[in-house]
Order: sequence, then C-alpha cells, then structure tokens
Amino acid sequence: MKHSFIDQYSDRDSIIHRLDPRTKLVTTLFFILAVVLTSPNRWQAFALYFFLVATLILLSRVPVLYVLKRSLVIMPFVGMIAIFIPFFKEGEVAGSYNIWLWQISVTYSGLQVFWNILAKAWLSILSLILLTSTTKFSSLLKGMERLRLPRVMVMLLSFMYRYLFVLVDEVVRMRQARDSRNFGGGHLWQIRTIGNMIGTLFIRSYERGERVYAAMMARGFDGQTRTLESLNFRQLDVFFGISLGLVLILSTVVNLLY
Amino acid sequence: MEEIIRVDNLSFSYPDGQQALANVNLVIYQGETVALIGPNGAGKSTLLLHLNGILHSNGVVKVFGRPVDDKNLRWVRSKVGLVFQNPDDQLFSSTVFDDVAFGPINMGYSEAEVRRLVTKALDWVGMAGYEQRSPHHLSLGEKKRVAIATVLSMNPEILVIDEPTSNLDPRNKWSLIELLRGLAITKVVASHDLELVKALCHRAIVLDRGMVIADGATSRILADMPLLRAHGLAQAKIS
Repeated sequence: MKHSFIDQYSDRDSIIHRLDPRTKLVTTLFFILAVVLTSPNRWQAFALYFFLVATLILLSRVPVLYVLKRSLVIMPFVGMIAIFIPFFKEGEVAGSYNIWLWQISVTYSGLQVFWNILAKAWLSILSLILLTSTTKFSSLLKGMERLRLPRVMVMLLSFMYRYLFVLVDEVVRMRQARDSRNFGGGHLWQIRTIGNMIGTLFIRSYERGERVYAAMMARGFDGQTRTLESLNFRQLDVFFGISLGLVLILSTVVNLLY
Repeated sequence: MEEIIRVDNLSFSYPDGQQALANVNLVIYQGETVALIGPNGAGKSTLLLHLNGILHSNGVVKVFGRPVDDKNLRWVRSKVGLVFQNPDDQLFSSTVFDDVAFGPINMGYSEAEVRRLVTKALDWVGMAGYEQRSPHHLSLGEKKRVAIATVLSMNPEILVIDEPTSNLDPRNKWSLIELLRGLAITKVVASHDLELVKALCHRAIVLDRGMVIADGATSRILADMPLLRAHGLAQAKIS
C-alpha cells in the first residue's frame, strides 16, 4: 500500500537540500533553542525568526501550502495544552465570566503566555518540517550517527522508519478483515474487538522483531554496530552554519540586553 | 565431491514442546542445487535456521567438516548465506545500500571492498541503481531480489533460501527462477512450489513432521505420485 512518507519532497533539489544533514540538524536545534529561550514580550525577535524560517522554506522550494498544512496538523495538540494557561496565570484581569457556580477570569499576562506558546511551537514546527522535507530520512539518520548520537537511538529511529508503514499496512488489513465480518453489535463489543486487535498487533510485532533479529544474525550481526562513513562538509555548509549561527546569537544577545 | 553441509541426527523441539525436527540426516555437496520440500509445518524453516547456527540443538551440523559452535558462528555465517521468506523481515535498513552492505560491514571489510561487493551483488540480482531507494518503496519481486543480494554480498559458499517464490505472480516467479539458475553457487531451496523445484533443483529431499521421508533425484521424487500425495504435495485422489 502507498502512504505519504515522512520525508516527502526530500528528493527534490535546492540549496537547502544540498546542505550536509549535520549542518541542518545542528542549525535546526539551535534555531529551536533560540526561539524557546526568547522572552515573550520581544515580538521583533519573533518576527525575525519567522522571516528566517520563511526565507529558508522559500529557498528550499518545498510547496508553501504543504508546509502550512503540515504545521497546522500539530497545532491542535499545542492548543489543548496551552488553552488553560490564560485562566490560571495571575495578574491583571482582562475579563471575568460566571459559569454557573464558577467564576473564571482571564488575565493579560496569561493571554500573552498563551499566544507566545502557540507562536514558539509553530516556529519550531516550521523549522522541523523544513528539516524533514529537505533531508532524506536515511541521510538524517547518518547525520545523527556522525554527530555521535548513541547508535542504539539511531537504530531505533531507523527501525521505526522502516516498520512504521509495515505496521500501518497490517492495521489497515486487520480493520478490513474486521469490517468485512462486522454486522454491528453493541458499543462494548466493538471496544473488545479493538482491544483484541491491539493485542494481536503487539504479538505480531514482537514476533516480527524476533525474525528481524534472526535475519540480522544470519548476516553476522553480533550486537556491535558498524557503519561506513560517507558525508562531506562543503563550503556551503560552513557559510550556512556560520551565518545562521550569527543571526541567532545576535538575537539572543539583544534579548539579554533588554 | 566436497561436502559443504552435513547434518547428523538433528532433533529439535520448540519451547512449547512441539517437536519440529526428529533425527534428520543429510549431506549437501558442492555445486548441488537441492530442494527441501514438504507441506506446511513440516519443519523446513526450522531446519534452515540450523544450517547457519541461528538455532542450536543436540545434533551436529558441520560446515566444511567443522561443527558449528559459538566460537565459529561468524565464519559459518559468512559461508552459509540464509535468505528469509519474508523480505520485510530481511530488509530492515532505511536504504537498499545499507541493507546489502550490512553483512560485509559485519564481516569487517574495508569501505572500498564493501562498496565493490554491494555493487556486484546488486548487479547479480538485476537491481543496480536502486542503492538509495528505501526498501518499503519496492515491489515484492524487487524486495525478494534485494533480499538475495543482501546475502550474496557476503560471498557465501552456499545459498540457503526459504520459499523464494511465495506470493509472487508467475512473471516475477519465473524471472526469479531464471536469476537463481544463473547463480553459479551451491543452493538449498525450501519450498512447496513443485514448478520451482522441477525447474531449478537436481536433487530433492522430502521432509514431513520433522523427518526426512525421501532423498533423491528430483525427477524420481516428482514422479512418485503416491509419495507426493501421502505428504501433502499433490492433490489427493478423488474417488
């Protein structure tokens, strides 16, 4: 079965695509750090960050609409977490409501924190989407490996990427098999069926894990992971890394001065 | 002829007590292509897993005259290349290159050598140019070919394949059979696809309920209808 993949558009070509994955990983990390550490009242800094990430997205020639759509998928989750903050933060009251027995008040500082969380999350997500849609997942893994991320974690990510869609296919097939035999039944019955399906999926994955491990052993795997090294830093990487780093440092320093 | 694999009195039971192999004896000689045929659950896969030391039992499996033990496992696995039935189990890396290179890297070859072996193996199976593709983007026929390449890249002396043609359509099946026929290497093929056996193998071993029932020339065994019927390999007589 065909799925839309995590690294859609990563096989296109642009300046951003050609950067070394390590450059992109490190700059993305620093970008997110800078965004998160900027104090909420400095909207100029956020404008700068947005300008930066927007420019890079345009440079990467990934369709803007695709990036926006993807970024919006994650926002509801952020919203769910952030929605309570305006009600609990103390400070000057912006509005107060009586709902039956409770009195609920919203504060200005709470609202500021609220929009700030949304903005920071959105900027971070944009940069991550830029990273994953300009870098093949396999090069991303190579980059992490070369950045000395523990091999076990890189392997976990690699297996996740490899088997995610195998499992999704399995779920789809199980659901089709269930639906083709399903003649209704009560709510409780359906929940039981779903429980059984989750259990079956767990056991199947466990057994698949054993078979994959046997296949690894059959090719001489002895618990040690070895790799070939083949990534190249180029001038472009140096230029990109240094210039983005400088902009972020500048913004952070200005932030401290205020 | 030189003996590549010798199995002496091999018995094996799974942890749940189910007996999978009972006193199996067989010898594979250099240059042979041997079919291991038998119905579902006959113990074919279990036997294959013993041939390169993934499973151990009381019996003795010898490769080039040396008993398989914990000390020579890596050597054994470089000699006996085992291809699993489901390529989704065999191909676990994020690119085809990484998967085919996995064995040679584990064998400790240099980078240049690994690259040469990967290129050669992919050439052999007709998958050159697929290095940077991700295995889950491939069709089943392509996955099967790459799975064979992941083992060929280790330069084994003998290729052991579990159900190479399962789930393939006739066109893919016959092109895979042609591919296997073209590989000048000793082969053991477990299957219940008798067309494959007839086209590829000189010798056939019938396995049922963990026991070797018959061992001989393919033409003789495939002509023995009562034998095939008795062991679930041919349609039962309609009376």
